[in-house]
Amino acid sequence: MSFIAKPKITHPGIPKNKLGLTARDYEGTVSTLCAGCGHDSVTAAIVQAVFELGIEPHMLAKMSGIGCSSKTPAYFVSQSHGFNSVHGRMPSVTTGANAANRDLMYVGVSGDGDSLSIGVGQFVHAIRRNLNMCYIIENNGVYGLTKGQFSASADIGSKPKKGEPNNQEPIDPVSTALSLGATYIARSFSGDKEQLVPLIKGALMHRGFALLDIVSPCVTFNDHEGSTKSYAHTRQFYHHVVDMDYVPPAEEIKAAYAEGDAMPIEMHDGSTIVLRKVDKDYDLTSRSSAFKFLRERFNAGEITTGLLYLDESRAEMHELMGNIDSPLSQLPLDGLHPGGKELKKLQNRYR
Amino acid sequence: MATVNDVVIKIGTVNGTGSASANGLLRKAIFRMGVPVVGKNYFPSNIQGLPTWYEIRVSGDGYQSRSNRVDVMVAMNAQTYAQDMADVEPGGWLVYDSTWPRSQMLNREDITVIGIPFSRLCNESFDGARARILIKNIAYVGAIAALLDLDLKIITTLLEETFAAKAHLIESNMKAIRLGYDYAQKHVVCPLDMRVEAMDATSGSIIIDGNTAAGLGCMYAGATVGAWYPITPSTSLMDAFRNFCSRYRVDPDSGKATYAVIQAEDELAAIGMVIGAAWNGARSFTPTSGPGISLMSEFIGYAYYAEIPTVIFNVQRTGPSTGMPTRTQQCDIISCAFASHGDTKHVLLFPADPAECFHTAVDSFDLAERLQTPVIVMSDLDIGMNDWMIPELEWDENYVPDRGKVLGAAELEEMEKFHRYLDVDGDGIPYRTLPGVHPKGAYFTRGSGHTKFGGYTEDSAAYQDVVDRLLVKWETARKILPKPDIQYSKFNNAGVITIGSGDGACKEALDRLAGQNIGLNYCRIKAFPFADEVKEFVEQHDVIYVVEQNRDAQLRTLLINDIEADQRKLVSLLHYNGMPINAGFVVDSVLEEIAKGRAA
Repeated sequence: MSFIAKPKITHPGIPKNKLGLTARDYEGTVSTLCAGCGHDSVTAAIVQAVFELGIEPHMLAKMSGIGCSSKTPAYFVSQSHGFNSVHGRMPSVTTGANAANRDLMYVGVSGDGDSLSIGVGQFVHAIRRNLNMCYIIENNGVYGLTKGQFSASADIGSKPKKGEPNNQEPIDPVSTALSLGATYIARSFSGDKEQLVPLIKGALMHRGFALLDIVSPCVTFNDHEGSTKSYAHTRQFYHHVVDMDYVPPAEEIKAAYAEGDAMPIEMHDGSTIVLRKVDKDYDLTSRSSAFKFLRERFNAGEITTGLLYLDESRAEMHELMGNIDSPLSQLPLDGLHPGGKELKKLQNRYR
Repeated sequence: MATVNDVVIKIGTVNGTGSASANGLLRKAIFRMGVPVVGKNYFPSNIQGLPTWYEIRVSGDGYQSRSNRVDVMVAMNAQTYAQDMADVEPGGWLVYDSTWPRSQMLNREDITVIGIPFSRLCNESFDGARARILIKNIAYVGAIAALLDLDLKIITTLLEETFAAKAHLIESNMKAIRLGYDYAQKHVVCPLDMRVEAMDATSGSIIIDGNTAAGLGCMYAGATVGAWYPITPSTSLMDAFRNFCSRYRVDPDSGKATYAVIQAEDELAAIGMVIGAAWNGARSFTPTSGPGISLMSEFIGYAYYAEIPTVIFNVQRTGPSTGMPTRTQQCDIISCAFASHGDTKHVLLFPADPAECFHTAVDSFDLAERLQTPVIVMSDLDIGMNDWMIPELEWDENYVPDRGKVLGAAELEEMEKFHRYLDVDGDGIPYRTLPGVHPKGAYFTRGSGHTKFGGYTEDSAAYQDVVDRLLVKWETARKILPKPDIQYSKFNNAGVITIGSGDGACKEALDRLAGQNIGLNYCRIKAFPFADEVKEFVEQHDVIYVVEQNRDAQLRTLLINDIEADQRKLVSLLHYNGMPINAGFVVDSVLEEIAKGRAA
């Protein structure tokens, strides 16, 4: 597959975004993942989201670790810099990259092995710093490249293709992020593009750490009967609790939502997230009640999806550090030291 | 006849009792008298209650390395009294707190024991347990001042400077100094036969530790992102950087910081942050020590292969494993030279003192960005945490940072297509682009096999093409790295090679051996890969003494490996007990080799 050049024929009537670019301009190289892989659907949703947002490709940085999921940044937005780092270390590289240039938009694509096992330390600490990024976990419960071992997100009782069912507690990225204070937390399903695209848009535009836990089935190693991360199982048990739409700045919110049902939340860049609560009991601004709700539904075997937590008020990493507004990497070096005279003066204390 | 300006004072105290400021006061007073002086800390990996020592070497000749001699021992810690007494050179002096009787078992006929009742004197004059402990340490400064004939006026001035805002502390400290001073004057013949006399050999010099100097260098080099995980003995480097930045890196308009210091969750993350920031165009660095290098190794290999400028300071400590975290060694030479799996090798720089720490810090960013590869500055605890006398640091106002081959938006606009790993100039160094500059500059940075165009590959020839080109870059590095410091005379057929903190001890040893009509040439290596001059130096001699501070002769191994040095010529002189190397060791080892029939 990867040796075939992707054809670049576009229909003349294909829609263009505010930059005059088409969705094709946001594509990457041909995917080398298995046919039917959930990750490819997520890639398609990312392409659509950044196309619709009209993001300048060179202002996007695509970050990843190691694994099937981490290969995917090659498959979208070829005109963006990508950084395929080492296993489990995408968060630290993104932290440094963001520290150097806060003007770029960072999207990190990771998997359940990359983020919840080898990289769990970096995952949790990126959240603590409220690193301004969109962090996507393509969650399939298994290691694909090494052929089907359980990951840390495998549910108790989930059956592997061969061998005994998992009997260890799963690590749930959503409740982990909730407990650590992530400021935008969502869960979705690779097979639900309608829900996924606005969630990605909101996550990209959110200022702070945005986590998207996306159930993304592995067709080769974890899509059989008895798996809790299969297409069939996810379709049967997943449930929207909150739906959302992302409305860019200066665009009018269309009154398509019933009064009282829709809740607009203004974001830092002037855009708006309009929430539509499917489940009236859910309060996505309260960590404690969200936690209780999610746990209860999890215990009932339900996969809760949608925007599950949002806090637009918390300062992100640069604000917490009190950093200058412009990118540190673009400051002229000769202005970054006080010169020879001051060097002479400051040494007085070493005499 | 009295010995003047050649004395070693060692002070044994309990850590956490505030002895550091008393010792610093003593060292500074001697420096202000114009007499060359250095101070070394031998401290425990502990916060309070364990033995700690400070060794002050006064050397009119300006020798900086540790002396393996103690002339005046101030034994303030009963726990180590026996050991401290044993350490005194015959003919030397031991000062102790005579408030309590000491065992008659502990005595030496060949030294002079001076009892001063520090605790009693302080208890009579001061209230409060904590104050008495602190003040007791100041009191021994007074006693030493009397015994060695230090200038009390200078000590007063120093106290006034230190406590400018707290006048009552000047008074109480001076009172304590007087207690010790007067008691010694009254009960001992002062000064001793070994004393300090004012000279004019310290003007234009400062006393500073290597970590502070390196942190200052990073600030001057324009580093904007520092990430680290605290580890002894490198922590004070980032502390220094942060302190300097808090003073000099505040944007005057907004009051906001023009630097980011990130305390990482571990060294795995610290190096990832440095690499991410460097990839994005910031000058970024991390200070660490041996265990940190082990954790960083995977990423160091990544930066080598993906060609990302990465600056690492390794302030080496005694290994293996946790080893002795507060003792010094040069034991990470091989682990740093080849850090990471696969075929990797890295540029190492070896500063010898704090002055070189400052300048090497600046050089390391230039070299990392020019060569697009990790550069590891190999300092050690002796350089990093001890107080060295160096010429005042100067800044070259004409300094132009070398940012390496980075394509800008205009250049990219004109290019048909950008390829990340092409050797356009034949020096093995490709061009790179920064994110956020131009869509044409985009490429996918990866640690997986890649072609010279930057694409993924599993093709043998395309893979090999890139790793072979990295060797071309390696040879470019060899040419542009700092050259060795060589002292050569054609009349000598043997030479000494050393690195870093071995410099002081070797130079002093060479002087002493010259006094015995043994002439040795000298080569202090400043960088790896080794310059052609090092190879030439080895070839010019029949015998080379390779002086280094580790058990396994790591520098020697690297010489054999990198420049194919004839191993039969290379005689290892290895000092690895955790204490800084001293000239006496080098002299004795060379003499021993000569006795065995080695040439000199």
